[in-house]
Amino acid sequence: MATTIAEARTPAPAGRASMGGLLKKAVRNYVLRRFIVAFIKVLIVITLTFFLIRLMPTNPVEVYINELITQYGMSADEARNQAAALLSIDLDAPLSQQYIQYMKELVQGNLGTSFRSKGTPVNAMIAQFLPWTLFSVGVSLLVSFALGMLLGMWSAYRRESVGDHVVTTLSSIFSSIPNYLVGIMLVVLLGVQWKLLPITQMRGSMSPGMTPGFTFEFIKDIFFHAALPISTYILTTIGGWTLAMKSSTIATLGEDYVTVAKARGLTEGRIMTGYVGRNASLPLFTSLAISIGFIVGGSTLIEFIFVYQGIGQLLLNSITSRDYPVMQGIFLIITFAVILANLLAEFLYSRLDPRVRVAGGQ
Amino acid sequence: MAARIAWHNLKTTLRLLSHNKVGFVGFLFVIFFILLSFVGPYFVPLDRTTKLDEIYAPISWQHLLGTDFSGRDVLSHVVHGGRDVLTVAFLAGAISTIIAVLMGSLSALIGGKVDSGIMGLADVILTIPQFPLLIVLAGLLRFNSPILLAFILGLLSWPSLSRAIRAQVLSLRERDFVEAARALDLGTGHIILREIMPNMASYLAVSLIFAMTAAVYAQVGLVFLGLVPLSGSNWGVMLQLAWTKGAIFYPKALPYILGPVMAIALFQLSLVFATRSLEEMFNPRLRTGV
Repeated sequence: MATTIAEARTPAPAGRASMGGLLKKAVRNYVLRRFIVAFIKVLIVITLTFFLIRLMPTNPVEVYINELITQYGMSADEARNQAAALLSIDLDAPLSQQYIQYMKELVQGNLGTSFRSKGTPVNAMIAQFLPWTLFSVGVSLLVSFALGMLLGMWSAYRRESVGDHVVTTLSSIFSSIPNYLVGIMLVVLLGVQWKLLPITQMRGSMSPGMTPGFTFEFIKDIFFHAALPISTYILTTIGGWTLAMKSSTIATLGEDYVTVAKARGLTEGRIMTGYVGRNASLPLFTSLAISIGFIVGGSTLIEFIFVYQGIGQLLLNSITSRDYPVMQGIFLIITFAVILANLLAEFLYSRLDPRVRVAGGQ
Repeated sequence: MAARIAWHNLKTTLRLLSHNKVGFVGFLFVIFFILLSFVGPYFVPLDRTTKLDEIYAPISWQHLLGTDFSGRDVLSHVVHGGRDVLTVAFLAGAISTIIAVLMGSLSALIGGKVDSGIMGLADVILTIPQFPLLIVLAGLLRFNSPILLAFILGLLSWPSLSRAIRAQVLSLRERDFVEAARALDLGTGHIILREIMPNMASYLAVSLIFAMTAAVYAQVGLVFLGLVPLSGSNWGVMLQLAWTKGAIFYPKALPYILGPVMAIALFQLSLVFATRSLEEMFNPRLRTGV
């Protein structure tokens, strides 16, 4: 592997000016190509979800009209007009026209307005709920990733020891139990049985009357409210990182370059960080980038259990009230995050691993 | 090969299974859960009568797992609540594995436009976040039968497996034994079923089990959120009722909550542990000293 790269690289200086320019173009095209594919994917998903949501049997307007008729005794026509005025959507417009309208607004960055919270733009709702999800899941992802890498390497270096067996068994147990069960048990054990935590006070994403800002009070408060979701995420994801890092490290320890590094008399610490750690963590960074995409979407159940005001809560609320624009908006954000994260993973991998880097691309 | 031995010689199978201790324990627990859920209901009658004087009774000989919010025996509900969960898990896992095998091997063997079409579809499904999509679908479709739920779960979860299968078929396709079969003109069906699939048996079995755990996660999650209107006894429904009836916040209700929680968690754990034995059983290269 090493020799082929060396051979491929040596002829480069000969015709550097022309060759370099050409290759740069190719790389730029490659990046451009990835972006175009990503853009098409977003487009397909928006279109699919748009029609999927609207072609389903239950229609929010009908639900609302029925509510008006049964609760306020309106006539069918009256209710229909009132619903149309209130929900600000043209009920009789064909789907294709609604779709074009939606896309037109989308191009301008407008996700529409909520059906039920009258006149509230979807953009504003997402801007209000999304930061809490990004904060709670982001912090747990970073902590769990860092701790998992350390534990995994430690296990690999001490494999077949008692410590390794304990870490590996606990990791596989915690990574196979559904995260919402861990969440429920945290509420039941810490909050109800042992009464260690004031569960009801910890609900929400911050205490009422708290002003956001870089104050110690505020930061303490948001960590107090996010503590249980964060603990649940960490407990249920750390095992996966540990196991992945362990097997990756064991595979790397068998590589020739590690033996050579040992033969060259490099210190144990240098080998561990520069040779084993760096190479073993490569595949994990790709998974990390991919998980970032799922930060936004993978939190509904946990936010429901701890009554945490994040994007998952908003999604659930919008489904119970059949608020299509909100549902669609959240979907768009989640899909966008996933696609962006996949792109990031691809580029990150080529940055971190010189073997994957497109030849001459630096 | 391994499958044929398994049918003809139960002893060998058991020896192979029991070789990995953790895997064997997992396997035994999976069998225990299958018996509990499908045979158990014939021996343990479902307790439907409300007994107001026995609400949240502690663990006793009469009620091994205590009683619930209306004084009914929790153990009987745990015994009766597994059937739907296990059925949906197995069906969803099987559907997703079958679609993945079909799509993956067709993609690899035909190539060209079929390949890019199938992989493009897989790519789009993979891009849409699964659980949020399921929540939306559940909100709109009202999954009132476990079979429908299993189909939707299976239809959404094949893409990543089919990618892996495509890659494996692409590599197996070039092996000598496949070349030999092709030279003998044995036909595509024979090549897929007799030459390529047996080499992927261990991978397929493990993937089936992981698809089952994912299906358990998704279905119980949906039921817990109250989005799947399944009624009757079901571990997910028990959890949901424990939540909505406030049992979660009632200190004396611990045995009632632990019933479904432990059942689901143990079932997931035993499935995951069982994969270790399956890997060894189907893959002779992993076996040591048998």
